Amino acid sequence: MKKLIYLDHAATTATRPEVVEAMLPYFTQNYGNASSVYDFASKSKTAIQHARKTIGDALGVPDRDIYFTAGGSESDNWAIKATADAYASKGKHIITSKIEHHAVLHTCEYLEKHGYEVTYLDVDENGIVKPEDLEAAIRPDTVLVTIMFANNEIGTVEPIKELGAIAHKHGVLFHTDAVQAFGQIPINADEMNIDMLSASGHKLNGPKGIGFLYIRKGIKIGPLIHGGAQERRRRAGTENVPGIVGLGKAVEIAVATMKERAEKEIELRDYMMERIMKEIPYTRINGSKTKRLPGNVNFSFQFIEGESLLIMLDMEGICASSGSACTSGSLDPSHVLLAIGLPHEIAHGSLRMTLGEDNTKEDIDFVIEQLKRIVGRLREMSPLYEDFVKKHK
Amino acid sequence: MYSEKVMDHFQNPRNVGEIEGASGVGTVGNAKCGDIMRMYLDIDEETQVIREAKFKTFGCGAAVATSSMATEMVKGLTVEEALKVTNKAVMEALDGLPPVKVHCSLLAEEAIHAALWDYAEKHHIKIEGLKKPKSDIGEEEEGEEW
Repeated sequence: MKKLIYLDHAATTATRPEVVEAMLPYFTQNYGNASSVYDFASKSKTAIQHARKTIGDALGVPDRDIYFTAGGSESDNWAIKATADAYASKGKHIITSKIEHHAVLHTCEYLEKHGYEVTYLDVDENGIVKPEDLEAAIRPDTVLVTIMFANNEIGTVEPIKELGAIAHKHGVLFHTDAVQAFGQIPINADEMNIDMLSASGHKLNGPKGIGFLYIRKGIKIGPLIHGGAQERRRRAGTENVPGIVGLGKAVEIAVATMKERAEKEIELRDYMMERIMKEIPYTRINGSKTKRLPGNVNFSFQFIEGESLLIMLDMEGICASSGSACTSGSLDPSHVLLAIGLPHEIAHGSLRMTLGEDNTKEDIDFVIEQLKRIVGRLREMSPLYEDFVKKHK
Repeated sequence: MYSEKVMDHFQNPRNVGEIEGASGVGTVGNAKCGDIMRMYLDIDEETQVIREAKFKTFGCGAAVATSSMATEMVKGLTVEEALKVTNKAVMEALDGLPPVKVHCSLLAEEAIHAALWDYAEKHHIKIEGLKKPKSDIGEEEEGEEW
């Protein structure tokens, strides 16, 4: 059997063994409902408090402002819908960007159908939201600005502190989807002018199905999920105690190892980008070279299509992803790649590889050799390449 | 996601390449949608039999596999017989395609027609039942919105 080379850490990550170990007692032994009165249940309660404290510390905020959810999508939905609802008397205008995750974009589109107006800010060729554009878009009826901390496809890290400051200057709430960034790069919610922040467990070697929303004290948004009095009456449902414990443990380790991991990933990332740009012609790097997540690599290979590239990589045991339409089930390639100005055919030929701490230089060397072979083979098959060669002969 | 036949034709595509001085060449699809197929046919002018078929394709696994299968299927057929090779037949020969990939098989059918059209035009002949092919494929149906 071929060795698996996993280069899709932006999609999901393996749950760390230490995390699983921390979770296990909360399935079979300490299974008490944290809302119950008897002493047996207090173990669940204590475990939740401990995880909340770990996350609050990681973000530099009071732990009481961390609310556990079922993941990043729920957190985004909650922040946006509940803000829109709570502040509707002030106004019905929301500002976001064109490169957000669908959890944000589709939520905004939903609100547009219900009487809200949404401004989708353009980004520059590196995927960066320009602060002056945000400044210009804010209106008296703007109630929320929601801009992602770092992009999931091209890894661009947004100028969050600056954007948050602009929102605050105009008295507008600022939410950020930090699903890709939290646990990978330092975030201090207070210093960075963040009022609400979404994050997810499975992107940082925690379990799936758990995440949180940070809501700064004083923000009067109601629940998305109605029911019991859990999470200070703001998020109903019996707590996913094993998930919360696992998330807490994953955050603890992510924070402790962040610097070391980032250094290693940046080295591998830059090595990979440099070699591929040098060794595979007609290739471009998508996203910023400097304001970039440590583990994100994104290329477009001209004249070829992403899905066939992914299948051929898969045959070599390499897991990656693409912004090609064929991988999304629609005819349009990734909205992110189109927003940074790529023509459709270049966007179709994109490849995202996202590194993790287990990837080695040997893995990367193997991937580069396979890429050279596969891209060459697909180009031999491509009528676009044939036309290009004939034109330049 | 794909059948074994599709994977086989994707991994080992038959008839990739060009034919110098081909009797007919057809290119269909567009880069915007992410699929372009070009088919080359070498046709015996006396017997109207397709002696050779080759292709080049920019597209997903299904696009490559349908191109490969379509070229295999039309080789040795007369022009009239080749006209009857439908997208359904190509799909069946590949043991089916996922629903979102059906348009790839339509593209293969179009590519055959486009190459035959080019042949007919070049040789000032009329092929019964052949219509000028569209060079574009239809939009996918959108999912239900809530």
